[in-house]
Amino acid sequence: MVTPLLAAVSAAGPATPADLGAARMQMALSLGWHIVLACLGVGMPAITLLAEWRGHRTGDVHYRLLARRWAKAMGVLFAVGAVSGTILSFEMGLLWPGLMGTYGEVIGLPFSLEGIAFFIEAIFIGVYLYAWDRLSPGKHLLSGVPIVLAGVASAFFVVTANAWMQQPTGFALRDGKVVAVSPWAAMFNPATPPQTVHMILAAFMVAGYGMASVYAVAMLRGRRDRYHRLGLLLPMTVAAIVTPFQIGVGDWAAHFVADYQPVKLAAMEGVFASGRGVPLHLGGIAVDGELKYALEIPYGLSLLAHWDPHAAIQGLNVIPPADRPPVNVVHWGFQIMVGMGSALLLLAAWLAVSWWRRRDIPRTAWFARAAAVSGVAAVVALEAGWVVTEVGRQPWTVFRVLRTVDAVNPAPGLVYGFALVSAVYVVLTVATVYVLRRLARDVPVPIAPQEPDVAGYKVV
Amino acid sequence: MGLPEIMLAVLWVGLTAYVLFGGADFGGGVWDLLSGGAGTGRRRRELVEHSIGPVWEANHVWLIFVIVLMWTGIPSVFAAVASTLYVPLTLAALGIIARGAAFAFRKASTRLWQQRLFGATFAFSSVVTPFFLGTAAGAIASGRVPPGIARGDLVTSWANPTSLTAGALAVGTAAYLAACYLTRDAERTGQPDLAEEFRRRALVTGVVVGVLSAAGLLVLHADAPGLFAELTSGRALPFLVLSVVAGVASLPLLWLRRYREVRITAALAVVGLLWGWGVGQYPVLLPGVTLREAAATTSVLAASLGSLAVGAVLLVPSLWWLYATFQREHTAGRERAEP
Repeated sequence: MVTPLLAAVSAAGPATPADLGAARMQMALSLGWHIVLACLGVGMPAITLLAEWRGHRTGDVHYRLLARRWAKAMGVLFAVGAVSGTILSFEMGLLWPGLMGTYGEVIGLPFSLEGIAFFIEAIFIGVYLYAWDRLSPGKHLLSGVPIVLAGVASAFFVVTANAWMQQPTGFALRDGKVVAVSPWAAMFNPATPPQTVHMILAAFMVAGYGMASVYAVAMLRGRRDRYHRLGLLLPMTVAAIVTPFQIGVGDWAAHFVADYQPVKLAAMEGVFASGRGVPLHLGGIAVDGELKYALEIPYGLSLLAHWDPHAAIQGLNVIPPADRPPVNVVHWGFQIMVGMGSALLLLAAWLAVSWWRRRDIPRTAWFARAAAVSGVAAVVALEAGWVVTEVGRQPWTVFRVLRTVDAVNPAPGLVYGFALVSAVYVVLTVATVYVLRRLARDVPVPIAPQEPDVAGYKVV
Repeated sequence: MGLPEIMLAVLWVGLTAYVLFGGADFGGGVWDLLSGGAGTGRRRRELVEHSIGPVWEANHVWLIFVIVLMWTGIPSVFAAVASTLYVPLTLAALGIIARGAAFAFRKASTRLWQQRLFGATFAFSSVVTPFFLGTAAGAIASGRVPPGIARGDLVTSWANPTSLTAGALAVGTAAYLAACYLTRDAERTGQPDLAEEFRRRALVTGVVVGVLSAAGLLVLHADAPGLFAELTSGRALPFLVLSVVAGVASLPLLWLRRYREVRITAALAVVGLLWGWGVGQYPVLLPGVTLREAAATTSVLAASLGSLAVGAVLLVPSLWWLYATFQREHTAGRERAEP
């Protein structure tokens, strides 16, 4: 009896800093990887359906060919997204049993609902992709609609759980156990509205700019036919329409953080000393409790965060250093997100002006170049935004309720798990990119005999 | 019967569905692995791909359903299981990634070396994943996951006689179910020679799984006497009887080529094993922890089960449509595809 007892005690000791770091990096890697796929999973079906619908309405073979090709890529991406999402549900318990063992039930409801939504998505993606030749064009189009709705719903449900970690509501704690749980109140916590809307719009931006950049690259290589122009125009139009709204929603989210998580705002802006009429800092590096080398815009932060140039802003100095998030990571994450978002807004405006004046995309190669990097920019903005949200919440896993160090699995050897998972993700990334590039290059295989025109159409 | 019991029953239904449907998809991968060279095995691999392609993602969701219901309904048990069984569950998760991604990649590849590489990954991970999931089940069944976080032994909790038998049984069951399902799929797509082949394979794996199950009982006798007693003389006995009867009945049905009926008896044999385990262990989830002690608060159970009930109204007809669409074989489609 002594030996197992000893083993149990040694196994359950506190996690070493290396293991905690490994667990955080593994979660960041697998979430940061999956979120790109999730965005494509939410945005791509809508854009693909739009192309299929245009093709159906206008009879334009280019639209149908685009829809076909995007559907094929969607099949690959959905599979990879489904499995990279599954590992996350494992990791919630493998890495963060301290969170799930106590609070799993509080955030269980949105995950149950997400499970239903994901089920619907998986069922209809099976039908949409594999029954192209078994359903009439109208029915086939309809079979794609649940994918879009369920994708948006999934994004909403999952992000409500993250919002709860930022603003934990809907439960009480007694002797380390949760009591009086109100799952609906937990789901509709104060952070839910800005975070979910921000994320869903981001998904359409990532998908739209990402799909457009594939065709922008092709145009830079001299393929400027109607197929490629439409391939750029259709997704980018969706993304461009979303972009200004996203800037507005981002402002809403920042106001929310200013009101509900002032420490995170202070880290985002690199503000150490509390005060009134606080300037906005662009760039800069935090060293020894001070932001150096930053460009200051007087009153900027007070004005942006509270619509009042003399509004009070809480600095990081009011809380002990151990309770502060890492400032440079959060500050730069925020700067990068805002920078990318603004650049994409300019790109969207450029497209809008050109369309308004001559009903076409801008002719200059500079537009194609900008469009070619827009997908990367959208992904960078997405990742940077999540870094702000998640690193800005540290040292808490559940804001002011559960510390990350108490949430992590105390079992030894998490660093090896991280090394193994990292290796798998490197291979997965290489293989995914390789297969997608092949799909983009190969002449599409016709899968619906009812559309022989597509089968005979050769893409150069 | 209160909400915790309903929740556990729903969880077990989800687990059963995952084993019957998701398990068979893994089994498809096992047969892919054993299909032979690229030339001779091509038609077998095509049949496997044709059968699981449209449905595996939906089948896979059952696993997510089980995990989510576990952390919602019995959070402390979920945390104990995941933290102690960190090693096999990480390996199973990586296997899931490799299986799903490689299957999709192979489908999208056109060159032989790519198809071989992705196919091998798909097939190999189809063996590894159910094995590690099975070892985790064996760890719970033999009471090697103590309550609390990471309290169990990180290695012997899943590397022990019950776990290893359960792992082997999981792989065998998956292969057996897949072989039974594939006989009918082969017949329906007009490939009687393949149907014969999978009939032989189903017969052999059926016997192997039967022997493994009997060996498993002996292992339980030594390793988890409580569960053994329940299975052989307690509440779980009817399920064991169901499993044995259905399993034995499958063999003559296979012999007589009654492929449609064999789907049902093969599934029932597996259902008997799963529910025998569940009923035999109930109400103890972990050593010293009963369902009532571990269950989430009533408000959570009510909200989650209510949502699932509403969700089922959407899901059941959708799932039925999915299976109906692809089970109704279109001979015309095949002729078109292979003129």
